[in-house]
Amino acid sequence: MPIKILMPALSPTMTEGNLAKWVKKEGEKISAGEVIAEVETDKATMEVEAVDEGIIAKILIPEGTEGVEINSLIAVLVEEDEQDADLDAFIAKFSTSQKPVEKIVEEKTEEPDKMKPASISAPTSTSVQGVSTNKRIFASPLAKRIAALEGISLSNIMGSGPHGRIIKNDVLSAAKNSKGTIRRDNEEYRLVSNNNMRKVIAKRLLESKLTVPHFYLSIECVMDSVLNARAQINSSFNSDKDKRLSVNDFIILACAKALKEVPTANASWTDSAIKLYNNVDISVAVAIEGGLITPIIKNADQKDIVKISTEMKDLAKRARENALAPEEFQGGGFSISNLGMYGIKSFSAIVNPPQGCIMAVGMSSKRPVVIDDKIEIRTIMDVTLSCDHRVVDGAVGAEFLAAFKKYIEAPILMFV
Amino acid sequence: MAEITVREALQLAMKEEMQRDERVFILGEEVAEYQGAYKITQGLLQEFGPKRVIDTPISEHGFTGLAIGAAFGGLRPIVEFMTFNFAMQAFDQIVNSAAKTNYMSGGQLGCPIVFRGPNGAAARVAAQHSQNFAALYSHIPGLKVIAPYSAEDAKGLLISAIRDDNPVIFLENEIMYGRSFEVPDVIEPLPIGKARIVKEGDDITILAFSLQVGMAIEAAKILAEENIDAEIIDLRTIKPLDIEAILESVRKTNRLVCVEEGWFFAGIGATISSIVIREAFDYLDAVPEVVSGKEVPLPYAENLEKMSLPTVEEIVAAAKRACYR
Amino acid sequence: MFEFKPDKLKLSALQYVKCYEQMLLIRRFEEKCSQFYGMGLIGGFCHLYIGQEAVIMGFEFAKQKGDSMITSYRDHAHIIMSGIVPKFVMAELTGRASGCSKGKGGSMHMFNIPGKFYGGHGIVGAQVPIGTGLAFAEKYNDTRNVCYTFLGDGAVNQGQVYEAFNMASLWKLPVVYIIENNEYSMGTAVKRSTSMVELYKKGESFGINGIQVNGMDVDAVYNAAVFASDYARSGAGPIIVEVKTYRFRGHSMSDPAKYRTKEEVEQYKGRDPLTDVRNIITDNKYASEEELKTIEKKVKLKIAEVEEFANSEPLPNESELFTDIYK
Repeated sequence: MPIKILMPALSPTMTEGNLAKWVKKEGEKISAGEVIAEVETDKATMEVEAVDEGIIAKILIPEGTEGVEINSLIAVLVEEDEQDADLDAFIAKFSTSQKPVEKIVEEKTEEPDKMKPASISAPTSTSVQGVSTNKRIFASPLAKRIAALEGISLSNIMGSGPHGRIIKNDVLSAAKNSKGTIRRDNEEYRLVSNNNMRKVIAKRLLESKLTVPHFYLSIECVMDSVLNARAQINSSFNSDKDKRLSVNDFIILACAKALKEVPTANASWTDSAIKLYNNVDISVAVAIEGGLITPIIKNADQKDIVKISTEMKDLAKRARENALAPEEFQGGGFSISNLGMYGIKSFSAIVNPPQGCIMAVGMSSKRPVVIDDKIEIRTIMDVTLSCDHRVVDGAVGAEFLAAFKKYIEAPILMFV
Repeated sequence: MAEITVREALQLAMKEEMQRDERVFILGEEVAEYQGAYKITQGLLQEFGPKRVIDTPISEHGFTGLAIGAAFGGLRPIVEFMTFNFAMQAFDQIVNSAAKTNYMSGGQLGCPIVFRGPNGAAARVAAQHSQNFAALYSHIPGLKVIAPYSAEDAKGLLISAIRDDNPVIFLENEIMYGRSFEVPDVIEPLPIGKARIVKEGDDITILAFSLQVGMAIEAAKILAEENIDAEIIDLRTIKPLDIEAILESVRKTNRLVCVEEGWFFAGIGATISSIVIREAFDYLDAVPEVVSGKEVPLPYAENLEKMSLPTVEEIVAAAKRACYR
Repeated sequence: MFEFKPDKLKLSALQYVKCYEQMLLIRRFEEKCSQFYGMGLIGGFCHLYIGQEAVIMGFEFAKQKGDSMITSYRDHAHIIMSGIVPKFVMAELTGRASGCSKGKGGSMHMFNIPGKFYGGHGIVGAQVPIGTGLAFAEKYNDTRNVCYTFLGDGAVNQGQVYEAFNMASLWKLPVVYIIENNEYSMGTAVKRSTSMVELYKKGESFGINGIQVNGMDVDAVYNAAVFASDYARSGAGPIIVEVKTYRFRGHSMSDPAKYRTKEEVEQYKGRDPLTDVRNIITDNKYASEEELKTIEKKVKLKIAEVEEFANSEPLPNESELFTDIYK
């Protein structure tokens, strides 16, 4: 009896995925536990292991197919001694109606056939003049490279080298002669296909903006004590540079302590009830190539700052390597987004549904402040809390921020 | 700054190393009482005595094997071949015993030995006494091959060769022995495997070793008059090759001329050209040129000998070809 | 006065028993190699020492600490006697990472530098100048060590051997040249390749004295070894010892040995040094039959361990391809 291989659901929210790669081919023998394919999910690329052993009789969904529904038939295994005579019947019986989206082909825009040489200006002594487009173009590797970099077409350059070879000087002359004119790229744009991560970010954040009633609360925090504490702790690590704390580690811990004090800020809206989370799990936004992901520090309120720091470093590293497990980035009750390292003074983030709040942190900078009617210099950081008004009212949000401010301005309280 | 000949530089290198390390000794034909066939070992017998400066019978195969055995046994021999032409008799010991043993023994037995002597053409000594062996030895994994040009490089590199724990082929040149160079007062041991930029330039890379470095310098002067700014690389060490220096230069100048005295087929220039094409293809504006000795046994007649060996004119012509001039 | 007496010394009872055990170990090891080669576990060239064991044993008993040894490619017995545990030798033969040359040398290229065994050389005769050079180093360093340089009856016709003899004699180097004359250089009998067949006289043109002994008799070899070692160690210069021995198998595993008659081989097998030593022990009651059987069992177990080890060890890591090119 042939064995069906179905598209697996690799995360609780996955409804469809991309079949990124087949690791085994038709006719190959596989054993239980071997990786047979790679599937792109919401956020990551996962390996699919075989459960049974046998020979892959037929692959139904080719590599690169997007939008493959969960549980649809992607391949068929047969046991070694089986014939695959009734394979087609078997497939027909079990195939669900699938509408896999074909791979997006980079389509050139339909434009009127412009003459390629339009980018090169008025003819000079080195250009056109009877250069037949059928002849093979000889050009030195360097000349080709320069031409590509400068966006000059070789087909209109007359080569001065042996066999009419186009050499560096020929290309540079052509470039010089066309300097002063504006060179327009004939291709209006190039397409970068949306990978799963981009699609998910788009879907979720659009959904958030459309359906969540956002409001925003801002405060300023005096960071001098935190910076001192950090300096002191880090200098005690001496040569152990890997253990050094960042300001963000303090922010995470302060947030966790504040959430413990104001648990109503650690909640989600559902139509029938508000979910108040029993654990303080904080999602921390990490920028990765092509997008961002939010790995979670679980039970952050119970971890000491060194543990938070180590965990955060590990999560960020693996996030950039695309090596996070689903449970490491799916979930969490509250988010922090820190754009301070990019020089942003302040910003308002978009709530990550179904969470109730997201806290946006900006860059700490020395500013003049008034203390006891005198102008003093303090290091100030702007913090903006975006809240889902269905779950978190202004007072709750303010209470949370007050608690956060208390901890971040007097970090010693976090260690009590 | 002082001025010394290449001969004096080599002598000083050996003397200093023999003073520094008791295990260093020198053997070869006429190295002791004759003071060296080319006077490179002059004075060493007087200073170190016959235990450490040894005249051998004319038995290259035998004394090379013996020296290798001594190196296996913990000494650090310098073997002088009167010319590398005679070392062919000993080729089996150099390749099969010296070069390969560390590998075959899984790293247990190295061979800290230096084989040195004049290499290549001299003055009308004809075919059997004029072969250039750079390519042949460079072909063998396990050997290091050094070919210095200047006096400073001769001394600095010979010291490093003696101190190196591997078998080193140290190729000298008879015509260079008498040339004087300015050298710093103290010559440090030089790193094996590092080329030297003799002259920087933007238009073309000319690469040479040993006697032909001088020719490259002459060629560069002529090219400068025609507004071609050559960069000259003195390889100094052929194996291990300083490929990074070569590639960095070619990426800048986009053109390469390799010069060697030996024959083209399976030679140094052919190999370097192949590597440069593979590693820097997109930077080449012209085919890499190789100027080499003609593929003939070296003739005796003066005019024929000159034709068989590379000339400054040939280097200039190759450079201009690469510049499309 | 150069006077050698082949029966002056005799091994002690204890030495005979030890000798028997070692010879048996070598013999069984070589037989195991033969089996493995047939099974394809050992590849390339494999030259067995079966029949020649008395030669190495005689020299082992005469050798002193600090002396070095070098031989050609028929080196399994020499490397084991130099102190390498047999399972690592077999691991080398089967090309494993734990082989004594990390699997990169094979049968002909095994070394034990701490044990002063300098190989294992594949080019016929190349070990002779090298051994001479090892002796040179000993003299240079003023030690009292000698170098035992083994060569075969075939190597005796190599030019470099005479170049080495010349320098050894000229400089009075402490080298003992041991010509293991097993009568055939591969497929060519000594008579067919060598104009002057008394090989111990090959040093005469260089003023090198030589002696000849029966290589199947461990006592004779022992006497020659002691005599030669004393001579070389005294500073008198090199000496040649020709041991007339016989290999019961072909030149190498790929040799069908058609160049000699079965009768000849059988005749020599009747003079098997292993059997002879065993008989000496039983005849003189140096050990009981019990004790000998215990030794035989011990050797059998050891070879089983060698077999198991060599077949289960991993192959060298691919990264080893490019290591050890330079020191």
